[in-house]
Amino acid sequence: MEDLNDIYNDLIMEHSMNSYNKKKLDKCDFCEKGHNPNCGDEISLEIKLNGNLIEDLAFTGHGCAISQASTSIMIDTLKGKTIEEANEIVKTFINMIKREETNEENLKKLEDAIAFRNVSNMPARVKCALLAWHTIEDILHQNGCCSA
Amino acid sequence: MNKLKQDFPILQNHKITYLDSGATTQKPIQVINAVKNFYEKQNANPHRGAYLLSVEATESYENARDKIAKFINAKKREEVIFSKNATEALNLIAYSYGMENLKKDDEIVLSIMEHHSNLVPWQKCVKMTGSQLNYMYVNEKFELSDEEIERKITDKTKIVGITHISNVLGTINPIKKIIEQAHKKGAIVVVDASQSIPHMKIDVQDLDADFLVFSGHKMLAPLGIGVLYGKHDLLNQMNPFLMGGDMIEYVYEQETTFAPLPNKFEAGTQNVEGVIGLGAAIDYIEKMGYDTIQQIEKEVIAYAKQELSKLDYMTLYLTPNEEHHSGVISFNLKGIHPHDVASILDSEGICVRSRKSLCTATDEIFGN
Repeated sequence: MEDLNDIYNDLIMEHSMNSYNKKKLDKCDFCEKGHNPNCGDEISLEIKLNGNLIEDLAFTGHGCAISQASTSIMIDTLKGKTIEEANEIVKTFINMIKREETNEENLKKLEDAIAFRNVSNMPARVKCALLAWHTIEDILHQNGCCSA
Repeated sequence: MNKLKQDFPILQNHKITYLDSGATTQKPIQVINAVKNFYEKQNANPHRGAYLLSVEATESYENARDKIAKFINAKKREEVIFSKNATEALNLIAYSYGMENLKKDDEIVLSIMEHHSNLVPWQKCVKMTGSQLNYMYVNEKFELSDEEIERKITDKTKIVGITHISNVLGTINPIKKIIEQAHKKGAIVVVDASQSIPHMKIDVQDLDADFLVFSGHKMLAPLGIGVLYGKHDLLNQMNPFLMGGDMIEYVYEQETTFAPLPNKFEAGTQNVEGVIGLGAAIDYIEKMGYDTIQQIEKEVIAYAKQELSKLDYMTLYLTPNEEHHSGVISFNLKGIHPHDVASILDSEGICVRSRKSLCTATDEIFGN
């Protein structure tokens, strides 16, 4: 119950219910769909680059509170970062959920996204929290935005 | 109720309220002990060894077949084929009957509330044969109307696939009416009884079903065992589904003749523990009796409906006709995704199924 109250907190509920990041960009460089067939979470993530910089991000879609809030908070975290920084943050988030990254100093770079830390104790919800992060990972890797 | 709970060790080991029997039931100690007893006293490969233990294993396996044939009132024991689950049984029918018999412009008719297992194999069948797939839709009561049944099952229809009880809506379908209509038009009917057989007496002769399938694990038996019932003449004319040991008569270098029913459809070493566990599950159900089972369910459902309908933020998806509704209650909480609801209930020890909906095709019923 403790993990649960921790997850369904104000920050996450606000981002899941009416996120200002839920929209379509006027122009985007890459768009990628993420889908979690088990629970029907579906997102479409748009990204606009300016050289090496992630200038803007937005998403559309539907799903559970965790998947939607995780997408929105990820957008807040990655906006304005360089591709290298973004890639590092994505890796850190995924490792946090997998319990492979516990170093407090390293986790600081996640900013608000650290709110999802306790999802690592809820195996049934890990996929929901990771959906957006795996989706942007695909964009960054497939399009040669990073060398990882 | 509490006395019944004593039969289920998992309910002693966990403080849970298990409401997901539509996905799989928990197992009573009688079933667990039957499986344990088989491994401790009888384990050998049936139909193989010329030694006493193998003969005994064969007897246990075949006795369970007799028990199941009697349980569903099959005319002949050879009409009962063991499979992995209902899904495998449905694939067997789609491949060995559907693909061999359907021609271009023939039609398969399914209800919109079919489980994926009674839908996806038929999509494949239609693609391979050039036939058409049509659906019977539900009305505002989440039921199939007589008019819809008569409109969709036509002279072109060759196969009708119908779930006896919907795992999504709990609707008990008028399968007798559907079978009558199909037979009038010269079609055969495949009944998915996975959700009904734990709750009501199935009599394949009375229904006049051509094929009927179910999974053991939804009726107190172990995972990994299912049953295909088929009318003898139909099964007899069909080609085998899987090839291998135990389904053969003579094997030559270039060709093989196949064993008669039921072995023709049981290739390879079978799930003997599952079959024996299924036999024990049937003993358990028969000892309790369907009357008692239905009485308990009626009370629980009535109470649940009464309490749930007090919550103004909850929408229930079920037919208002009580006699057409079984033990499934689908609900939605306004503004909260089902997966979040399930997590919150789980934190209170309540196990429910959460999904947009379990069958893609019924999504439109729920407006997803």
